[in-house]
Amino acid sequence: MLVIGERVNGMFEAVGKAIANKDKEVIQNLAKQQVNAGADMLDVNTGPAAANQVDVMKWLVETIQEAVEVPLSLDSTKPEVIKAGLNLVKKKALINSTTADPEKMDILIPIAKEYKAGLIGLTMDKKGIPRDMSQRSEFAAQIVTTCQDMGLDLDDLYLDPVILPVNMTQPHAVEVLEAIREIRLLSTPPPKMLVGLSNISQGAKERSLINRTFLAMAIGIGLDAAIMDPLDKDLMNAMITAELLMNKNIYCDSYLEAYRRK
Amino acid sequence: MALELVREKWTDKINTVTIGATKEEGGSRRSKVVAGGEATLPYLFDEGDMPNPPVIAMEVLDRVPDNWPQVLKEPFGDVLDDPARWAKKCVDEYKAGLICLRLQGTHPDFGNAPPDKAAEVLKSVLEAVGVPLIILGSGDDEKDNLVLPKCSEVAKGENCLFGDAVEKNYKTLTAACLADGHNIIAESPIDINIAKQVNILISDMGFDINKIVINPTIGALGYGMEYAYSIMERARLAALMGDKMLAMPFVCFVGHESWRAKEAKGPESEHPEWGPESERGPLWEATTAVSVLLSGADILIMRHPKAVAIVRQTIERLMPNKNKVESRG
Repeated sequence: MLVIGERVNGMFEAVGKAIANKDKEVIQNLAKQQVNAGADMLDVNTGPAAANQVDVMKWLVETIQEAVEVPLSLDSTKPEVIKAGLNLVKKKALINSTTADPEKMDILIPIAKEYKAGLIGLTMDKKGIPRDMSQRSEFAAQIVTTCQDMGLDLDDLYLDPVILPVNMTQPHAVEVLEAIREIRLLSTPPPKMLVGLSNISQGAKERSLINRTFLAMAIGIGLDAAIMDPLDKDLMNAMITAELLMNKNIYCDSYLEAYRRK
Repeated sequence: MALELVREKWTDKINTVTIGATKEEGGSRRSKVVAGGEATLPYLFDEGDMPNPPVIAMEVLDRVPDNWPQVLKEPFGDVLDDPARWAKKCVDEYKAGLICLRLQGTHPDFGNAPPDKAAEVLKSVLEAVGVPLIILGSGDDEKDNLVLPKCSEVAKGENCLFGDAVEKNYKTLTAACLADGHNIIAESPIDINIAKQVNILISDMGFDINKIVINPTIGALGYGMEYAYSIMERARLAALMGDKMLAMPFVCFVGHESWRAKEAKGPESEHPEWGPESERGPLWEATTAVSVLLSGADILIMRHPKAVAIVRQTIERLMPNKNKVESRG
């Protein structure tokens, strides 16, 4: 499974401070820690409070790339902020994200093509959160079709069925899992599925336990990628174990260590 | 409409292991063996490169073998009581690419030769031939932990392949090979999970994974060969998809396994319907060898010169453009 580290986000207090103070060391340590813990990619988010988000994105991308070599996921609602990051990335980036709104897709899919980047597509539109599994599937189909029409390789698309907090909208957890199963039927090979994991436990108790339980369930039903906290060792262990149970890696007694040696 | 073949795109490959060291490199070998490096499943050249053809080692014991049938002893004439002459015959006459010296005589039940004696034998073989060496203990863990470190020390600089390390007894041999710069055979009992585990245990001691060779333990034709085949196949698939702890070249003890079979050694007088053992034995060994070639064997340890010749021919036919001169004495 593709592990995308979520910690470089201006909404976290320490990161917000580091951004304000232009403290490179804090950002670079966070990047290195996540990569050492197993992140294959790092999500980069300026946070909404950042004064000049274009400049902050540039600074974050440059700072991180001085320290680690993994590809980056550029997390912003503003295309100009994403472009600022894309101009500086050394490896193939992921654009986080578009929705199923045609006006958004019309902007972001061409950007993805132009910069040879991947694209995350949220199965929702400006009208709000998707109602259930069916609505998520509908949005997914729209995104897939639009990508095909506009010539974006489906290999570069990740569909995100929009997780919601279990303490607020509890029925949605099941709807997301079923949506993953349904959406994977849309094409052969199936479209890649991704979740922003931590949202499942936002505001709830037992965040770590909820996160890793949901991740294991999602991997069982076909999840390909997650934006998550690689510094949560229990979470990473659950991910590795779920993959083992899905016959993705050969068992050995030290299977947790073996995964970390890759 | 033309049929479009589906071709795999592998992301990783098998490690490359070098056995033997020349004078310039601190040894005294006149040839080296490079094993592994495959970027595809065995012989599927359309999907990736196989840079190194499989190599054949011939087995030499440090005592006259007492359970080899006549048909197997016959090609060696009177050299069976002298490991150095035996090794030289294997290389000069039968073109072995490596010599595998099995120190059976150090086993408590087979002569209990002391470590010093084993070291002497090893030295004589090192002097007799210029090909790289594989050195095996007797299988008695306690004794091997005395004998093999001594031999490792004596052969320091020659970059040999020592074996076998097993899950319950790997530390002593790993430490010796680490200290003296040798490669190591990691053995598992036809169990892919243990195979992976042993490689992790060995590399946890700081041992370079590019100096590990996997002995999956094979069964002879008729005695579990397919099971070993399927394990090798699974390991190769995992390795090509990125599992670094299974991405080692394979060594297969073809001679040791196939000559245990009654079908290999039973005389025609006892089994008239089986035909002459002079043909049957070598064919049993050759068939076992070719089968494991197809599941990825990189180093074959063989016994009968006729079987060796058949298998060498087969390798040359499988890889006509990669014909390397195996030994230069």
